[in-house]
Amino acid sequence: MRKATRWFSRNLIRIYAVLGFTYLFIPVLYTFAFSFNNSVKSNLVWRGFTWNNWRNPCGAPDICNALGNSLKIGVIATFIATILGTLIAFALGRYAFKGKGIVNMLIFLPMATPELVLGASLLTMFLNFGFNPGFLTIVIAHVMFCISFVVVTVKARIASLDPRLEQAAMDLYADERETFRRITLPLVAPGIAGAALLAFSLSFDDFIITNFNSGNVNTFPKFVYISAERGLPPQANVIGSSMFFIALIVVLLGQVVQRRRKVS
Amino acid sequence: MGDASTSAKGDLKLSNLTKSFGDFVAVDNLDLVIPEGSFFALLGPSGCGKTTTLRMIAGLEEPTAGSIHVGSTDITYERPYKRPVNTVFQNYALFPHLSIFENVAFGLRRRGIKDVKEQVDKVLDLVELPHLAERKPNQLSGGQQQRIAVARAIVNRPALLLLDEPLGALDLKLRRQMQIELKWIQTEIGLTFVHVTHDQEEAMTMADTIAVMNEGRIEQMGSPADLYDNPKTTFVANFLGQSNLIKGSIESNGAESLVVNLFGQKIGVPRARSSAKDSSILVGIRPEKLRILPEGESTHGNILPGGVISDVSYIGVSTQYQVEMPWGQELMVFEQNDDGIAPLDKGDRVTLSWEPIFTFGLDGREDATAGSEVHVDEEE
Amino acid sequence: MAFLQAVAKKGEASTKRRSLLPYLLLLPGMVWLIFFFLLPILTLVSTSTKTPGLGIGEFDQTYRFANFWDALVNSHTQFVRSFVYAGIATFAALLIAYPLAYAIAFKSGRWKNVLLVLVVAPFFTSFILRTIAWKQILGGQGIGFKALVWLHIVSPDSHVTASTFAVIAGLTYNFLPFMTLPLYSSLERIDPRTMEASGDLYANALTTFRKVTLPLSMPGVVAGTLLTFIPAAGDYVNAEILGNPNTKMIGNVINSRYLQIVDYPTAAALSFTLMVAILIVVTLYIRKAGTEDLV
Repeated sequence: MRKATRWFSRNLIRIYAVLGFTYLFIPVLYTFAFSFNNSVKSNLVWRGFTWNNWRNPCGAPDICNALGNSLKIGVIATFIATILGTLIAFALGRYAFKGKGIVNMLIFLPMATPELVLGASLLTMFLNFGFNPGFLTIVIAHVMFCISFVVVTVKARIASLDPRLEQAAMDLYADERETFRRITLPLVAPGIAGAALLAFSLSFDDFIITNFNSGNVNTFPKFVYISAERGLPPQANVIGSSMFFIALIVVLLGQVVQRRRKVS
Repeated sequence: MGDASTSAKGDLKLSNLTKSFGDFVAVDNLDLVIPEGSFFALLGPSGCGKTTTLRMIAGLEEPTAGSIHVGSTDITYERPYKRPVNTVFQNYALFPHLSIFENVAFGLRRRGIKDVKEQVDKVLDLVELPHLAERKPNQLSGGQQQRIAVARAIVNRPALLLLDEPLGALDLKLRRQMQIELKWIQTEIGLTFVHVTHDQEEAMTMADTIAVMNEGRIEQMGSPADLYDNPKTTFVANFLGQSNLIKGSIESNGAESLVVNLFGQKIGVPRARSSAKDSSILVGIRPEKLRILPEGESTHGNILPGGVISDVSYIGVSTQYQVEMPWGQELMVFEQNDDGIAPLDKGDRVTLSWEPIFTFGLDGREDATAGSEVHVDEEE
Repeated sequence: MAFLQAVAKKGEASTKRRSLLPYLLLLPGMVWLIFFFLLPILTLVSTSTKTPGLGIGEFDQTYRFANFWDALVNSHTQFVRSFVYAGIATFAALLIAYPLAYAIAFKSGRWKNVLLVLVVAPFFTSFILRTIAWKQILGGQGIGFKALVWLHIVSPDSHVTASTFAVIAGLTYNFLPFMTLPLYSSLERIDPRTMEASGDLYANALTTFRKVTLPLSMPGVVAGTLLTFIPAAGDYVNAEILGNPNTKMIGNVINSRYLQIVDYPTAAALSFTLMVAILIVVTLYIRKAGTEDLV
C-alpha cells in the first residue's frame, strides 16, 4: 500500500501529463474515428465503418474548393508575413534607433486585440472605401495578424545568437553581406522556419477574422462552421485528420533531419 | 616610446588610443609598440581595458581618439574584414552550422585563395587534429575547439594574431598543456601574438613581453622576470605574484644603496631598484626571498627580528608561514622544504632576513594593497 | 585639426549609413500594420459615433458619443460575462497547462521535442472541427455523454452541452496550447540545479515550487495567461457552438450586430470598448506581475 502511494506521488506529474494530453486529443481522435463513419446525412451517430470518405475526400460539395482556398491563402500570407516580420525582427534585434518604442507598441497591439475587433475594424475600413471583401482581403488580414507572431519568434532567435559569431566572421574577411549570408541567416533560419510554421497554422485555422473579410470566398474553417448547422459531412473529418497527420509528419521529419545533421 | 621612424615594418603601433563609453574611460590614452614576431601579453583584472584594446585592434570597437598602425598602414577606422588581423575569441566562436574543415577554410574562401584544401589540411596537421575535419564544433572537446579556433585564425597568416582569454574555459591541466602548445605554434610560424588575459601565470609562461594594465592605463611593461623582480608600482607588485610591502623612511642616500628605517631596523635597498619619490618608501620583498630562523640564530643581510609565527601551511614543495611583526603587520614567507629540518611551529619566535639585492622600493604614498584584492578575479 | 575633422567626418558617415538601414527594414511591415491595423482601428472609432443614414448600411458622422452609452446599457451583461468566462477559462488553462509544461520541460527526456509537437498538432485539425467534436461527444447522443451517464456522473435526462460549463470548458480547451508553449519555454530555461539547491537548503517540494520554480517561470505565466485571456474574451465561436441563449458573450453580440443586423455604429462602439477594456486589464496585469509576486 505504502509502495503504491510512493509510486503514485513520484509519478504524479507524469500521470497528470498523460491526462492532459488525453484531454487535448479526445476531439482529434473522435474526428479521426468518425471520418470512417458510414453516415447518411449528419455525422452524429455511428452507422458502421467505411473507407468511402477517405476514397473520396472531395465528395461533399465545395469542400475541396474551400480547402484549396485555405491552403492558397495560408501559403501566400505565410510567405509575405514571414518576410515582413523577419525584416522587422532584424531591425528590432540588431539596431538602436529612434521610435523603437512605437514600433514595439505597434507589434504588440495586434496581439493584444481580440480577433473579432481586428476582423470587424478591417471590414469597416474595406466597406468605407468601397472595397469588396474576397480572396485578397483575406490575405491582407492574415498577413496583418501573422506579422506580430513572426516578429516575436524571429526576434527571440536573433537575441539568442552569440554576437561573437558574426564578429568572428568579420574578423575572417567576410564583409557585412557575406557575414549575413553565411553566418547570420543560416543560424537564424530555424527561427524563421518556426515562425513560418506558426504563421501558416494561424492562417489555416483562422475563422473569426476570415469570416468578416471573406465575402463569398469559402475557406475550410468557414465551410465547417456553415455546414455544421445542417450536419457536417464526414469528408470534413477526413480533411481535418489528414491535415493533422501531414503536419505531424512534416514537423517530425524536420526534427529527424535536424538531428541527423547535428550528428553527421 | 612611439617614435614612428623607429617602428619597423609589421610592428603594431597604438598612439594615444582612447575609448570611452559615456563617462567611463575604458582605455586611457594608450601608447604602445608591439614588435613584429613577438609574443605580447596584456595582463590585468577584468574591466582594466585590455579586452577593449584588443577589440579596437581587431576593428570590433571604434576608438574615441588615437590611432592604430600595422607597419606604416593606418588601420584605425578600417573595417574588421580589411585588416591583416585575426582573433581567437573567448569561448572560440566556432560557427556551429559549419564543419571543422569549413570553419578553418572560412577566411581562405572569403579571400578567394585557390589551394584551400591543402592549406586547411596543413594547419589541421599543425594542431594535430586532421581526423576531425568533418565533425561539427559541438562534437569536439573544449581543448579541441580551442585548437581549431587557433587553426582557423593562423591559417590566414595574419600580420597579427589576437587571443582574447583563449584558455579561460579550459581546466587547469589542459590550460598548462595549451600554454606550451601555443608558445610552440608561435615560434613555429613566427607570427606576432597579442594575448589578453587576467591570469598572471598564463601571461608569464607564454609571453616575451607583458604589459600590466589597470584602469585603462599601462602600469608597467617588460619581460616576465623584469616585472616580477623589479615591480615599479604596488599594483604590479601585488597583481604579479605576492609581495610583502613594509612602510619605511629613507635615512641616507648612498651612491649604490639607500638606508631605510623600517620600524627601527635599518636595512639596505639597491638605489637602482627604488621608485621612491621622496623619503617615504614602501620596501618590497617577495615571500620566497625571505629566510626564516628561530630567534637568536645568527644570520646576515637585511634583518627583521621579533616575529611570531601566526600560521603555518605545509604545501609539499614548500611551507608557507605567516609571521606577525612587532608593529602588527603580517608578512608571508615561503620556505623550500629542501633542508630536511622540520618546519617551525605556530607561536615560535623568529627572525626574518634576506639579501639586500632582492629588495625593491616603491613610492611610499601609493596604496600598499592595490592589485591584491582583485587577484582572485574570475574570467569575464 | 584637419585630422580631427577627418575623424569626425568618418564617424558621422558610418553612423548615418547604419541609422538608415533599420528604417528600411521596418518600412514594408510597418506600412502593412499602419494600413491594415491602425487605420482600420481609427475607422472603427470614427464609425462608432455615426448614426443611420437614408439607405440600409449607410451611416452619417454625427459624433453621437451616446452610442457608447447605449451599447453598454444594452450589452453590459454580455460584457461582464465575457470577462468572467475568459478569466475562469484562463485560470483553468493555467492549472492544466502548468503541470503539462513542467512534465515536458523536466520529465520527458528524449521525447521532449515529440511532446512539444503534439501540443501544437491539434491546431491543424481546425479548432471549429474540434469544438464541434466536443459538442457531439458530450451531446445527448454522444459517447462521452453516455459514458458520463454510465459512470453516474450525470443523470440521463440532463444535458452537458448548451451550458455555461460547456462554453468555459470549450474556451479552456481551445486556448490550452497558447498557455502551454510560453510556460514550457520559460520553464525550460530554469537550471534544474536551482531546484536541487532549494531542496538542499531545507525546502520541501511545495516550498521549492512556490519560492523557486514558480517565480522563475513568471514570464511564461504572464505570456501564457495573456495569450489565453485576450482571444478568449473576444471569442464567440465557443458560445455559439457549445452554449445557449443565456451564455452569449460580447463577441456574439458584436458579430450579430455586424453581420446580421448591420448596425455598424453599435458594433464598432462595442468593439472599441472591448479593445480598450482588454488593454486596460492587460496593462494592469503586466504592471502587477512585473513589480510584485502574484502569489
